[in-house]
Amino acid sequence: MPVAAETNEKFAAYAHPERLVSTDWLAAALADGAAGNGSIVVVESDEDVLLYETGHIPGAVKIDWHTDLNDDVARDYIDGAAFAELAAAKGISRDTTVIVYGDKSNWWAAYALWVFTLFGHEDVRLLDGGRDKWIAEGRELTTDATNVTPSAGYPVVERNDAPIRAYKEDVLAHLGKPLIDVRSPEEYSGERTHMPAYPQEGTLRGGHIPTAASIPWARAAAADGTYRSRAELEALYLGEAGLKEGDDVVAYCRIGERSSHTWFALKYLLGFDTVRNYDGSWTEWGNSVRVPIAKGTERGEWPASN
Amino acid sequence: MPAGLAEIVKDFQDLPERERLQLLLEFSRDLPPLPERFANHPELLEQVLECQSPLFVTVEAEKTDDGDIVRLYFQAPPEAPTTRGFASVLHAGLDGLSAAEILAVPDDMPELLGLTRAVSPLRMRGMSAMLGRIKRKIAGGLRPAA
Repeated sequence: MPVAAETNEKFAAYAHPERLVSTDWLAAALADGAAGNGSIVVVESDEDVLLYETGHIPGAVKIDWHTDLNDDVARDYIDGAAFAELAAAKGISRDTTVIVYGDKSNWWAAYALWVFTLFGHEDVRLLDGGRDKWIAEGRELTTDATNVTPSAGYPVVERNDAPIRAYKEDVLAHLGKPLIDVRSPEEYSGERTHMPAYPQEGTLRGGHIPTAASIPWARAAAADGTYRSRAELEALYLGEAGLKEGDDVVAYCRIGERSSHTWFALKYLLGFDTVRNYDGSWTEWGNSVRVPIAKGTERGEWPASN
Repeated sequence: MPAGLAEIVKDFQDLPERERLQLLLEFSRDLPPLPERFANHPELLEQVLECQSPLFVTVEAEKTDDGDIVRLYFQAPPEAPTTRGFASVLHAGLDGLSAAEILAVPDDMPELLGLTRAVSPLRMRGMSAMLGRIKRKIAGGLRPAA
């Protein structure tokens, strides 16, 4: 049975309010036993692989972006069979309402949600504000292991990448259409090839994809980690980045995680139909031979021909 | 490899892969807090930028009756248990040893823990960077303890 979407004034302004739940809503749903009866499964997805173990929302399961969602050989996501196995083991059926939350304004949680969407999981929502807001509000955390009853089964569904995932070739073919670079200003300009204070991931060239607008991902989040209001998001993406209604947009970052957070905002909060996350991102582009790169703070021009 | 560190490596290797993560979590809880005297001297701490989460380290020489030993101090936030776990393993295995003993630790020691699959290669790099930083600081000459 589908779980009713949350209605509140902030969410109602978004294009797809059913994609978010508030901490109040989740606390009430948990108190009603929604996690126990299998209608919802709460998933924590963090940057740190051990953060969940230090305390998580009661009943939540952990899905790690590296070790669960990425293929461990090819640079790609897991396939339909592996996803089906993962989902079933976490107590998720095809019709389960999955609520994802995580640290750092849901940065990794949005990434997990995006991967669920590659497999066409219909009802997957983000906890607005994520782990930090839940903790800031003094809500319950536990270190008790969650007793998961595996679901009766999850169908093997092959990923459908095309609608929401861009490959390098797609980006090259995207010429003339808008790109959003969500990395830090220093990464955008080419001053550095990794996030300030983050691991150097071995990118040979610095800069950005020509014509991309620079809107660092965290600008879509308020101080408490929740998404900014519709009006604020419009000022950012329609105003500053210059997107227009109906645009076909590609967002990228360094490995596709921060851009999942922006992808979510563009797709579900502002309602752009065609938004793709380029997960190869700078660690692919900045290492690729003969792709155009712009340096500095200007968006730059796509070369007329090569 | 120093005996204490070798023992820790063996403890990890003797466990099945999933349980190694649990052991790392236990180490993360045991990382000693930074001594009070550093609180007003943040300039004495160096950030290891290669770590995913903010990690600060400082290394000092201490005179003892048995000769000079190296003292290691780390600081990482509670929201970064993996980083704290790595720091704690190095602390448990290396604090109080001589400079020569620490410099002799193989650079690929973090990989011997058998955590790479459970933690991911990218995250493991943070630990290699920590060990590298400690060794570079020792090689460059240590500040005596205050």
